[in-house]
Amino acid sequence: MVVVRTVTSFGRSGTFDWLYQRVTAVVLLAYTLFIVGFIFFSKDFGYQAWSELFAQRWMRVFSLVTLLSTIIHAWIGLWSVVTDYITNRMMGGKATVLRLFIEVVLAAVAVLYAVWGIEILWGV
Amino acid sequence: MLKVSIYRYNPETDKAPYMQDYELDTQGKDLMVLDVLELLKAQDQSLSFRRSCREGVCGSDGMNISGRNGLACTTPLSEAARKGKLVLRPLPGLPVIRDLVVDMEQFYEQYKKIEPYLQNDTPAPAIERLQTPEDREKLDGLYECILCACCSTACPSFWWNPDKFIGPAGLLQAYRFLADSRDLATDERLSELDDPFSVFRCHGIQNCVNVCPKGLNPTRAIGHIRNMLLTRAV
Repeated sequence: MVVVRTVTSFGRSGTFDWLYQRVTAVVLLAYTLFIVGFIFFSKDFGYQAWSELFAQRWMRVFSLVTLLSTIIHAWIGLWSVVTDYITNRMMGGKATVLRLFIEVVLAAVAVLYAVWGIEILWGV
Repeated sequence: MLKVSIYRYNPETDKAPYMQDYELDTQGKDLMVLDVLELLKAQDQSLSFRRSCREGVCGSDGMNISGRNGLACTTPLSEAARKGKLVLRPLPGLPVIRDLVVDMEQFYEQYKKIEPYLQNDTPAPAIERLQTPEDREKLDGLYECILCACCSTACPSFWWNPDKFIGPAGLLQAYRFLADSRDLATDERLSELDDPFSVFRCHGIQNCVNVCPKGLNPTRAIGHIRNMLLTRAV
């Protein structure tokens, strides 16, 4: 039996990639609902309410968890897209170079956003 | 008069595939698409297609009929022709050998990967390995597959990765053996399916369910496989 092995997938197994994508999706949904709810239901929504919310540690942690979830969710999703459309079967060796290039760029963007996000969350 | 547009390609003489138009007097009958092809072949002997049982059992005449994969022998004109026009193309995504005949190698390669046979190393009983009626019932909706490839060739994930994604037909059969009470290779079978491609390229769009000429549901079977993998993993 020909076994399919992949190194650049997130969880290194289809089952875990699938699971991480679902779990992170739930986190993203929860954060979205919370933020939208906060904007609509806070009595006088403005800079004051916003900065008080983000001054609390749990909100910073919740935001960071959501940021990391976004990165994981996007990685798994974009990795699927890249391995669907840029295949060695269709493009030969060029596909490996192109995929690796895109993955390195995506990884750099992920690290940038993670560090930048932490700076913003703990910097205000 | 029925207008029929058919995908033609003979690699020995044609530089590129083209659509050829035919006309046929159906005498008002609601013929099956295969009947139409046979009548046209009487007009034009060079027209190539596969067929065998002509009653939806052998799975030879799977093709793309007016944009939808199906068996020519069980698809009536009343279902397939639009405004008196029928369009016939080979199954999408597979290499064309000639006209409506495709190379099914990739498809069978994936079927082979799931080891489609009962695996049980325990000594065989004197008569046969028995199942309870309940266990036998679990195979309903799985064993009926005729491997016509209508489902797998309707699946975009199979189009992009026919060498890595098992495809709906193969996965339906994978579950047929995972669900079989007599098969003892469950764990090995699941280990072989745990990568990001074999099962997990299925995104549940259900093109397979939509086209299956036998009314089977590969998406549901894939869901069962995923649950088995998940149960084992966490």
